[in-house]
Amino acid sequence: MMKAGFLRDLFFAAVVLIVLIVVPFIFTKPSLRDFLIYVMAYGLLAMSLNLLVGLTGLVSFGHAAFFVSGAYMFGLLMQSGRVSIPVAILITVCGTAVLAMVIGAICVRLKEIYFSFITLAFQMFIHSIILTWVSLTGGDQGLRGGIPRPPFFGIDLSSGASLYIFSACIFVACILIMRQVWQSPFGYTLRLIRDNPNRANYLGVDIVRMKLGVFILAGAMASVAGVLLSLFVSGAYPEFGFWTTSGEAIFMIMLGGSQLFVGPIIGAILLRLLEHFVSIYTEYHGLVLGVVILAIVLGLRQGIADYVVDFLQRRREAKAAPAKEAAFVKKRIA
Amino acid sequence: MLSVQNLDKRFGGVHATRNVSIDFPDGSLTAIIGPNGAGKTTFFNLISGAFRPNSGKVIFDGQDIVGKSSLEVVRLGMTRAFQVAEIFPSLTVTEAIMATVISHLRKSWTFLRRFPVAEARTRTEEIIELLGLADKAGTLSRNLSHGDQKLLDIGLALAMEPKVLLLDEPTAGMGPDERWRMIGKVQHLWQVKKMTVLFIEHDMDIVFKIAQRIHVLKYGAVLAQGTADEIRRNQDVIDAYLGADHHLFAAVGEA
Repeated sequence: MMKAGFLRDLFFAAVVLIVLIVVPFIFTKPSLRDFLIYVMAYGLLAMSLNLLVGLTGLVSFGHAAFFVSGAYMFGLLMQSGRVSIPVAILITVCGTAVLAMVIGAICVRLKEIYFSFITLAFQMFIHSIILTWVSLTGGDQGLRGGIPRPPFFGIDLSSGASLYIFSACIFVACILIMRQVWQSPFGYTLRLIRDNPNRANYLGVDIVRMKLGVFILAGAMASVAGVLLSLFVSGAYPEFGFWTTSGEAIFMIMLGGSQLFVGPIIGAILLRLLEHFVSIYTEYHGLVLGVVILAIVLGLRQGIADYVVDFLQRRREAKAAPAKEAAFVKKRIA
Repeated sequence: MLSVQNLDKRFGGVHATRNVSIDFPDGSLTAIIGPNGAGKTTFFNLISGAFRPNSGKVIFDGQDIVGKSSLEVVRLGMTRAFQVAEIFPSLTVTEAIMATVISHLRKSWTFLRRFPVAEARTRTEEIIELLGLADKAGTLSRNLSHGDQKLLDIGLALAMEPKVLLLDEPTAGMGPDERWRMIGKVQHLWQVKKMTVLFIEHDMDIVFKIAQRIHVLKYGAVLAQGTADEIRRNQDVIDAYLGADHHLFAAVGEA
């Protein structure tokens, strides 16, 4: 059963990967590929944030701190010219994990709104470091001069197509890792913390350490999202670490849903589509987005994917209920 | 197994626990009773590590556990269920109990395997069976009836394989029939598991029927202790519960 679950996920991952790779070669409009890369980078950011929000009940407002640290660390490493792309990614992920450990060690001791605010504070702190340390980061101009992509293991990422395939592979691998965490005993222990931390504590769960663990993991995953985006735009910008980027990830979760594993990805696609089409018609696209999100929050009271899942569940139960009742009556008569 | 010595706790001006000393022998079933505000739940909070007493000792399994965190106390083998069921609303009965069994097995940090894990299954099923929740195993905890939620709360505590189990009003908020069913289950699992069980209870009939020993708290101090018969005849207890000029209770007790 355990194996079956993993194999099923592996199968889904393979299908998604194939679709992701094939689609831009069938519909060759460059804007489609751009769209997909944005969805992958921001979707990965939202998915990693949802390990905190949806799985552990930790609403972080500062998750983009790790997104921007991923982008800058990777960009700087590549510009130094001393390491290859895979090594740079590895160092970036580990470096961000250490950063997340330091920030998390302070944040996870706080609860609810205090946790949210302190994560936001740390993010703005990192954002201002990037803005002010001009000699290293280029300040508000961002990391200029492009990010070199030297070939490794015979893979040359200088062409758009190969970069896209590389990004899709990394994206799917990260989703698969997060899916494994979502379904693991660790993931279920996090659900205990989300539902009732006090009770979890009385059942032998070390909630501070568990929260720190998932905070580091989510930070590391967000850094990969930052790497993808910096590779794609061949640079890194302070806006990656501005609070609006964290806000966007939270929007994606609210739009898509936090309880279904793929909810944030659905949210990322919807948000990107909305932004794309709305900005064609009006410059006030922020206003339209706000209205849509308000409608979903007030109307559905949950993300779209969660709503659909609940709706299907209710319908199934409604169908099953009369049958059950009939069986019960039969039993009583007998 | 558990021995409390000269336990004392103040909250500002409120003296919630006054010099309480009680011995709970290994494998005993003990009731803690007392009027509202007597300090029963505070007593549980003190021994389970939620609050730190101002003075006194709590000897559990041979060591003084005062100053240990509630997490450490749980891991030493003392767990509790709550007056208002503390459960995990969005998990099913099986998921909640299995995740707790995994916590007990110290496998909460397992990333590379899938939930549910094989070695937790037998234990999970055993607990569900013991509580009689088998037909609700797949139900979300928030959709359970009040009584079943209280049972699940106890089941979660049981999943930690405690040596000492603290039950804070297992029958709170239940109707008369349901109370007896509930307490029957508590007595049953005490017999099956051979644990030391402490429970807080308001219903005198229930207390007198099942408790081996009874300790009465009033204003944070031990007012009386003894077997059901001794407590039933104790004039202080009767006065505490019914007022000093009420002798109906004594008459019933002697009848």
